[in-house]
Amino acid sequence: MSRRRIGVAAVVVAAIAFALLVSAQGLWQSWLSALFPKQPIVLMPRDTLAAFVLQHLVLVAVSSALTIAVGVPLGIFVTRRSGAEFRALVVAATDLGQTFPPVAVLALAMPLLGFGFWPTVMALFIYGMFPVVSGTIAGIESVPRAVLDAAEGMGMSPMQVLARVELPLAARVILSGVRTSVAINIGTATVGAAIGTGGLGVPIIGGLAVQNMAYVLEGAIPAALLAVLADAALAQVEVAVTVPEAAAGA
Amino acid sequence: MIRLEDVTRRYGDTTAVDSLSLEVAEGEVCVLIGPSGCGKTTTLRMINRLIEPTSGHIFVDDRDILSMPAEELRRGLGYVIQSIGLFPHLDVAANICVVPRLLGWEKSRMAKRVDELLALVGLDPEAYRDKYPRQLSGGEAQRVGVARALAADPPVLLMDEPFGAVDPLNRERLQSEFARIQRELKKTVIFVTHDIDEAIRLADKIAIMRDGKLQQFDTPEQVLNHPANKFVHDFVGADRALKRLVRVRVADVMRSPATVLADSDALTVRVGAGRRRFAYVVEPDGRLVGWVDTNEVDRGLRPVEAMTRMDPVEASVRPDDSLRDALSRMLGLGFRAIAVTDKHDVLLGEVTFAAVEEAMTEGDEHISNQPAEDAE
Repeated sequence: MSRRRIGVAAVVVAAIAFALLVSAQGLWQSWLSALFPKQPIVLMPRDTLAAFVLQHLVLVAVSSALTIAVGVPLGIFVTRRSGAEFRALVVAATDLGQTFPPVAVLALAMPLLGFGFWPTVMALFIYGMFPVVSGTIAGIESVPRAVLDAAEGMGMSPMQVLARVELPLAARVILSGVRTSVAINIGTATVGAAIGTGGLGVPIIGGLAVQNMAYVLEGAIPAALLAVLADAALAQVEVAVTVPEAAAGA
Repeated sequence: MIRLEDVTRRYGDTTAVDSLSLEVAEGEVCVLIGPSGCGKTTTLRMINRLIEPTSGHIFVDDRDILSMPAEELRRGLGYVIQSIGLFPHLDVAANICVVPRLLGWEKSRMAKRVDELLALVGLDPEAYRDKYPRQLSGGEAQRVGVARALAADPPVLLMDEPFGAVDPLNRERLQSEFARIQRELKKTVIFVTHDIDEAIRLADKIAIMRDGKLQQFDTPEQVLNHPANKFVHDFVGADRALKRLVRVRVADVMRSPATVLADSDALTVRVGAGRRRFAYVVEPDGRLVGWVDTNEVDRGLRPVEAMTRMDPVEASVRPDDSLRDALSRMLGLGFRAIAVTDKHDVLLGEVTFAAVEEAMTEGDEHISNQPAEDAE
């Protein structure tokens, strides 16, 4: 129990430290100036770093929420008797979604959705779907046949079997799929800057365009830290939902 | 209580269960047995509608099971499968309470029931109720499985090879505990196994199946003494005589023993032993301490001096043990008789080799005419 609390506390402290770090505009100014003394401007003037981080977070939060909201039910659906025939189709489609480069999705989505926020959300939504769906399928299918047999044989309805047996036992695997998906999204969300979505991709892509490595670092370092932080936070959620027997048996 | 009428289940071209009719009376243990693929598990799973029959009818308590919702039916039929069927994410108490929770019991009633059931299956409630299945041995998990099936006090238990995953030593222990619990609770039980010894030990009725067809449905004694055909004869095995011993309890054939008190004199020994040469030596409270050869006593020794001490745990059987236990103990010790004691080592009687022999040959005259016998 206390070990779990320490883990949660560590994530909270790290999140606060990250927030303070990206708010300290002056600190970045002096670091990057020291690193690149020949650059007259080391911070992307369009917005503050904190604003870029915030835009990035919103982008990732909205797209990941959509991915989970669609991906988990989809994974559940194809493991039901009624959805079994769609399973191969869903797996192939989500697999294709991950194979297809997000930049290409952006290019294809733009005529439909225009510039800005939504085409990027759509690209991330499609790109992050595969780990969530396959994690959900793998998690549910890892529940032993005998356990399901007992649940059904004792008189649980299909919904009760799902809610009381399958989902609790699959939660850890489903969450590790979500973790992968979110980590991918944090990195991939930077491409959104190419079509004016904002976020940490703005200094990175801008920096590459004008050959200013200081800009690139201004975007890349917080993006990397954010990915690590999100992963650690989700790891804590994973621990919280992990069934005690698995913890004891590990 | 449970009635199958002309039940058939087909899978494509194969017929898993072929027009099976069976009737199990209330309070009876009916064991379904046969080689793998004979349809015994399919039959069991049709009773709680995990599998639907292709044709035919199944009645539980005179109600056609197809006329009620499957979930409601199942909550009234305790279901035990091999130990892996426990829910790994729930502790023992929560596992036991699955059906009570579905039925919406009060918390306090569930907690009380958990302790009651754990005690019934021989597990200390304090020590076990908060454990997780992963922390249990195979035998313990199986006991919890039985407790879980009994939780809502269903009149019927369906047991699918419940002791199949347990080592032989523990299996026998679980079997005798199941027999004890069944004597107490008198449930109607359908029990699937492939172990003929288990069937003979626990069954009131045995249904022997092969390729989906019922070969014989009768008491274990009848199955042993009058196998219906060559298949049943071979399935039961050549050691039918020994198997018959499993059905006879020590208490049913034991006779009163010759006993002498440890501190008595030679004359009273003679009287106590009657015409028998050997006598058991007991303490005044009835506890067995050894045996004595009266010829030795005649030579002037007192019983305490002449007697051979024995360890009552090693050298005696309990009234509930089977005659096969008694026989194997006698053979092991090289005795022609064995003492019967209770759990406080108090001498209750003795079983002689002659009594075992008699039980073994009982019914043999009937089978001598069976055509199956020629096959041997």
